[in-house]
Amino acid sequence: MSQTTQVPRPRTDSKGAAPEAGRRPASPQWAAWAFLAPVTLYLVLFYAYPLYRNLDLSLRNYTVRSFVQGDAPFTGLANYRRVFEDPTFAPALLHTVVFTGVCLVFQYAIGLALAVFFNQNFRLSATLRALFLVPWLLPLIVSASTWSWMLNSDSGIVNAVLHAVGIGPVNWLTSPSWSLTSVIIANIWIGVPFNLVVLYSGLQSIPGSLYEAAAIDGAGSWRRFWSITFPLLRPVSAITLLLGLVYTLKVFDIIWIMTKGGPADSSTTFATWSYQLGFGNLLPAFGPGAAVGNLLVVAALVFGLVYVRVQRKQALS
Amino acid sequence: MNTFSRRRRPTAAVLISLAVATGVTACGSGSGSSGTKGADSGTYTVWDPYPQFAKGSAWTNLLDKCGTEAGVKVKRTGFDTSDLTNKALLAAQQGNSPDILIVDNPVVSTLAEAGVLTTTDDNKLDTSKVDPNLLAAGQSGGKTYGTPIGANTLALYYNKKVLKEAGVDIASVKDWASLTAALEKVKKAGKKGITFSAIGTEEGSFQFLPWFWGAGAKLTQLDSAQGESALSLWKDWVKGGYAPNSVLNNTQTTSWQEFATGDYAFAENGTWQLANAKKAGFDYGVLPIPGASGGSAAAPTGGEFVTLPVQDDTGRYTTSQKLATCLTSTQNLYDTDTTLSYVAPTSEVQDKQVAANAELKPWVDAVKAAKGRTSDDLGTKYPKISEQMWKAVQSALSGSKSPKDALTDAQSAVK
Repeated sequence: MSQTTQVPRPRTDSKGAAPEAGRRPASPQWAAWAFLAPVTLYLVLFYAYPLYRNLDLSLRNYTVRSFVQGDAPFTGLANYRRVFEDPTFAPALLHTVVFTGVCLVFQYAIGLALAVFFNQNFRLSATLRALFLVPWLLPLIVSASTWSWMLNSDSGIVNAVLHAVGIGPVNWLTSPSWSLTSVIIANIWIGVPFNLVVLYSGLQSIPGSLYEAAAIDGAGSWRRFWSITFPLLRPVSAITLLLGLVYTLKVFDIIWIMTKGGPADSSTTFATWSYQLGFGNLLPAFGPGAAVGNLLVVAALVFGLVYVRVQRKQALS
Repeated sequence: MNTFSRRRRPTAAVLISLAVATGVTACGSGSGSSGTKGADSGTYTVWDPYPQFAKGSAWTNLLDKCGTEAGVKVKRTGFDTSDLTNKALLAAQQGNSPDILIVDNPVVSTLAEAGVLTTTDDNKLDTSKVDPNLLAAGQSGGKTYGTPIGANTLALYYNKKVLKEAGVDIASVKDWASLTAALEKVKKAGKKGITFSAIGTEEGSFQFLPWFWGAGAKLTQLDSAQGESALSLWKDWVKGGYAPNSVLNNTQTTSWQEFATGDYAFAENGTWQLANAKKAGFDYGVLPIPGASGGSAAAPTGGEFVTLPVQDDTGRYTTSQKLATCLTSTQNLYDTDTTLSYVAPTSEVQDKQVAANAELKPWVDAVKAAKGRTSDDLGTKYPKISEQMWKAVQSALSGSKSPKDALTDAQSAVK
């Protein structure tokens, strides 16, 4: 420890200083490793190891017995094959794509419309904007449970309102043709505030003089939106959409609380399916559960890379 | 100043990384030592799924008392039921299982399959007084893996006022046809018929089983004509408006809340709701679930088993067995099952319970007729069958498949 109290030489010197090298040869090297250690340890413990374990789980045939004894045989891609051949695979894939796509489009469109609306700074606009943030602040279990009460077939408020205007009851959560729609509606409601906040802050950076100039040139509000707001907001939009995509892909709580992926798999996505396989049964199927989880990780990774690329492009431009 | 901070940085970094490293090793050794009980052979660990009982409650006092009798200290941890299976599996993987594990009965065969539990041959636990139909849930491959601490099951609660207004005599409800006729009358009187839980989890299967078994169907063949008739019964109730559409999403708790509104004539629910039934504020009765053509249907048993997980130090079994025997002794069973609102697993204690509280009579009868979900040596096949069964129920009730197709698909998925 006494070595470290001496002034370490700059890195460029260390090789040239032959006489001193024998006395304290590795000091800068050690220091460098010491700097690296905490973050490396953190990454290895909390990211690399769990990911490795998940991969390992998905490549072995785990039964409860081999899970306890730790002697699960390596089966290569058998779990993945089982997942691909499962009759749930195609619907789950379709639901994941539809859920993610529809949620993104609506969250973005509504978020942008609200951002433009609130950008006009009328009285009470700050208060109203704050109210729109409520869905974001509520714990997901609260909002999802509330949605499932509101959409209850027999005693829900939504059907009561529909009844009042003369429309028959809809089995929002219990009909295979409506359950996916219901969870999408709830998720859009939850996702709008995020889009609103990010897009609103993006709008702040567009100089007002551009709008004034356009107004003088006779551009209407519609034209100003498509020719100024939308193009100048593109970098912010790209990031909002990509972040939203990663968030939406892994949505689990809302669907699980509202429909448990049912009825009859009609609102099952990869996220709920993975949970169902690993934990939703008295006899857990860890292997296939981990395999589905890995498919999600890969999907998120692909979009993460897209995000990094877009970011780099923006930094260059 | 610059040189000063520069020469300090490596020191700080080394210290930080050392701190991290020791922190990590501290965690490692900490979690290790908490599991190794060999260090303190006078302390025995008990895991149970009753987190509602805090220190100082009757249950923990009983544990302490049994510990004192056996001459050891008892360290008890209460877990959430749904958490306990995975916790027990993980603990067994790490080689630090508790000495006594109290666990939900359908899980016993899974844990036994995993090699986590000792048999009664090894641990010398006496199960001779226990009702055989209850003990069966803890048996697999001819071996017994524990003893029940109490049982509960399902029956039909009915609202006397609603039935009276609809002109239904409850004595006339003897089989499915008369039950459906009663529901029809209730609906005509402007009230709601029956509520149950058909959710897409184990709870849904648990609630469907009395009807499935009541039709004479067997879990080894889901797509039998009897199984189809049970599913059709439920489907026709939902379709005809005798049961609300929300049953598809009902847990047993939400289903009970519907019944507690006072609008429903019948509700399928368990022994554990008795305390809530008294609070509901209307006159209720309890009826065993009828079989398709009369008699009482077998309902599935709920309730926990006291088990002794495998230990490296086999010398511990003697004391663990003393603890388990103490917990399931006649007087202690009576006290525990009264607190849990359970029916006792031995006829001796059941008689005592009925003598103290006549309301328990229909429940004791229901428990006597009940059947373990993993019985008939189904063991770990049950979870797979159950999953396909609740999926079939969901498909049929939501109208995405006919009962026949749903059950045929379910049977082929079980293989």
